Amino acid sequence: MSEITNTGLDAPAGQQARASWRFLQTHLREYGILFALIAIMAFFQVATGGILLRPVNVTNLILQNSYIIIMAIGMLLVIVAGHIDLSVGSVLGFTGALAAVMIVNWDVPYLLAGILCLAAGALIGAAQGFWVAYFRIPSFIVTLAGMLVFKGLTLWLLAGQSVGPFPAQFQLISSGFINDVFAMEGFNLLSFLIGLAVAGGLAFMAIRGRQREAKTGTPAEPFAFFAAKTALIFFGISWMSWLMADFRGLPNVFIVMALLIAIYSFLTSRTTIGRRIYAIGGNEKAAMLSGINSKRLVFLTFANMGMLAALAGLVFAARLNTATPKAGATFELDVIAAVFIGGASMAGGVGTVVGAVIGAFIMGVMNNGMSILGIGIDYQQVIKGLVLLAAVIFDVMNKKKG
Amino acid sequence: MTTILEMRGITKEFPGVKALDDVNMRVAEGEIHALVGENGAGKSTLMKVLSGVYPHGSYDGEILFDGQTRAFRGIRDSEDVGVIIIHQELALIPLLSIAENIFLGNERAKGGVIDWRETEARAAELLKRVGLNESPKTLVDDLGLGKQQLVEIAKALSKDVRLLILDEPTSSLNEQDSEKLLDLLAEFRAQGVTSILISHKLNEISRVADTITVLRDGSTVARLDCSDGISEDDIIKDMVGRSLDDRYPPKEAPNPGQVALEVRNWTVHHPLHADRQVVKDVSFNVSRGEVVGIAGLMGAGRTELAMSLFGRAWGRDISGEALIGGQPADLSTPRKAINAGLAYVTEDRKTFGLVLDDTIRRNVPLAKLDAIADRGVVNRKREAEVAERYRDRLNIKSSSIDQETVNLSGGNQQKVVLSKWLFADPDVLILDEPTRGIDVGAKFEIYTVIRELAKAGKAVIVISSEMPELLGITDRLYVMNEGRFVGEMSTSEASQEKIMAAIIRSGDRKSAASQEEVA
Repeated sequence: MSEITNTGLDAPAGQQARASWRFLQTHLREYGILFALIAIMAFFQVATGGILLRPVNVTNLILQNSYIIIMAIGMLLVIVAGHIDLSVGSVLGFTGALAAVMIVNWDVPYLLAGILCLAAGALIGAAQGFWVAYFRIPSFIVTLAGMLVFKGLTLWLLAGQSVGPFPAQFQLISSGFINDVFAMEGFNLLSFLIGLAVAGGLAFMAIRGRQREAKTGTPAEPFAFFAAKTALIFFGISWMSWLMADFRGLPNVFIVMALLIAIYSFLTSRTTIGRRIYAIGGNEKAAMLSGINSKRLVFLTFANMGMLAALAGLVFAARLNTATPKAGATFELDVIAAVFIGGASMAGGVGTVVGAVIGAFIMGVMNNGMSILGIGIDYQQVIKGLVLLAAVIFDVMNKKKG
Repeated sequence: MTTILEMRGITKEFPGVKALDDVNMRVAEGEIHALVGENGAGKSTLMKVLSGVYPHGSYDGEILFDGQTRAFRGIRDSEDVGVIIIHQELALIPLLSIAENIFLGNERAKGGVIDWRETEARAAELLKRVGLNESPKTLVDDLGLGKQQLVEIAKALSKDVRLLILDEPTSSLNEQDSEKLLDLLAEFRAQGVTSILISHKLNEISRVADTITVLRDGSTVARLDCSDGISEDDIIKDMVGRSLDDRYPPKEAPNPGQVALEVRNWTVHHPLHADRQVVKDVSFNVSRGEVVGIAGLMGAGRTELAMSLFGRAWGRDISGEALIGGQPADLSTPRKAINAGLAYVTEDRKTFGLVLDDTIRRNVPLAKLDAIADRGVVNRKREAEVAERYRDRLNIKSSSIDQETVNLSGGNQQKVVLSKWLFADPDVLILDEPTRGIDVGAKFEIYTVIRELAKAGKAVIVISSEMPELLGITDRLYVMNEGRFVGEMSTSEASQEKIMAAIIRSGDRKSAASQEEVA
């Protein structure tokens, strides 16, 4: 008996370690970015004397970065398809202005105005996607033009003035928190429970997926890695929701973001549409000859990008409680940087939604941490630039080695 | 004869794979030495060791050149002693002139300023030596592949070459250009230049080679002296380690069923030059259970015909009629063509066939994703089953279905592309150069699949520039030349001579016609 267990455990131990090492080498990128985020958070937590992870600051961090994350999800699809969208910052500004003009100046009901803005965003994305997909105009140029056009239209719409404030109901998109049915003093129990449920659900899905994998063949990921990753995600989310519950609960926009992340992760990794978008980015000609309607899909990714930029525009306008002509300037650069830090490839065909979101958080934590430390905007820009460069260099080196 | 190069006990390992295992190779001065072996046998790796792409120290063993031990740390080192390698994928800059390309990295210059007069004069000399009658100022982009190959050779000559290595130099050349290239090698031999020729085309090798080194699975298995009268079958036997009684699987007696695809008066214009007809009024048909070949020289319009049929993926102003199963079929997009039961297996698997960075698992179901999905959601279990099934059926050599296709050998990549189209379950398959650049063993496997498809009642069209291949696997043949179908024959009555005769006759007729016009 003891012999059997011995051979069962000892013999493969060396092999297992080697297999783990090899796995780590090939999947360094996926873990690397998560480790990088944790390391950066740990660094700022210490450097700021614990301010970074205070409940109020965590909530702030989410609110500050929500619109970048929302756009990064759309940008990921565009970049995976092998294109780029430089216009998202201007579209964000434009739709925010459109919302302000409709709600504040024309008294359009805010719900209707929101829907119209989303439609306008989708239309703008579709218009740009039309030239990119059907006329093969390089997306860099089409969206560079779009960036200028919508920056100009924002100015025109607002007549150079800031427009606001919005009705309180509208502001709730980004400054509201979910109501606690338990009505506890100083602690939003519902928020914490939702956080726990999400964390538990993710862990459950991961475990079930692994079991299924084990049934059909050997899972590629060593068990220790799987366990560590799942535990990390479970406790990470639980803890974050605890922190937020301790302040005012989960922000409404957090729910929106979480839903978008879940939907688009599923779309990219599990659906035929997702497969097709990756195939187009990987080799458009081969995809076309496999019967994939690449033009329509590229068109749709741009329309989707426009709609998400509009959503981000509403969130941003609600957060500032005013629409300004300057809103959204250079946001496109943060969004694109987040996607590339998250592991997407300039050539297309590579990248994940979760990676892009983590990339956005890396940028967000650095912004927030450096601001708390009182580092000047000049140094902040330099450091962020270098981090982007380092992430991509790491990617390229990693790929060469493999 | 003196030995110019000797490689002794070369062993090269990659993580997990021994690519070369104690390889020995000896090349005599002034000979044409052929290096043959199946894909993945280690030919390219060996040449990369020789040329310093894999630097000294990254492999075991010894390289002696001119009797001296050499430790090349890079291509520069090997080029300095006169070892020049011309890769299969040409390394020319299309929008630079011939002369600029020849002296790229090696410019005729004084103090960094290019001496154009000398550049062009020297280039003209070199072009004369390789028999290329073009101005040195011509852009490389304006040359055909055969001429580009000659520019590469001229570039090698400019570096005072002593040992010229050519990796599959004729794989994308037509017959005449190939002939010319081989003649040139023979001429160089007379001038004392030694060459190593890597090729899959055994007829070329037996024509020009003096000595043959055969590699199999990373080891040297034979060194054949061609003066002893070596037959192609001997070489094949050494390459695959077993004798191939026949290079083609047996054919059943042709038993064609109903007509599966009928094409009438198909005409296609060039996408950029609208007035140029590339396919001219072509009519043909193929029946269930039949393998039909389309023979012709390169540039005859065969690929253009196939791609224009398959969802108008090539060309413009396409006219004509296509009937599938007797009914007019809408083939206006690749998706519609696939739905109508058509499949096109491309001649260029890297550009048109595969998503190279993706795995086997993701490439195989790509043409019929809906079959592995429930309401748009991919069923990963079914996806894995499909990929495993075809990996098994076509014997795709790979670590698992999760291996990226970019890391597969050419033959296995081709099998992945074929898997994709088999999974789409078409009625009519068009295979365009299905065995280009793949080794003998994999060729046989693909021929077997083709015959099996016919047996299962599919209609198969094979486009190929290798006439023996067409004669070996088809039941019926069409001959295409300059956009027209100029002959049709049953394979049992066909021969290489008859095919060539049909091509040449059509050319004569055309020139006769144009003379009449002049008159």
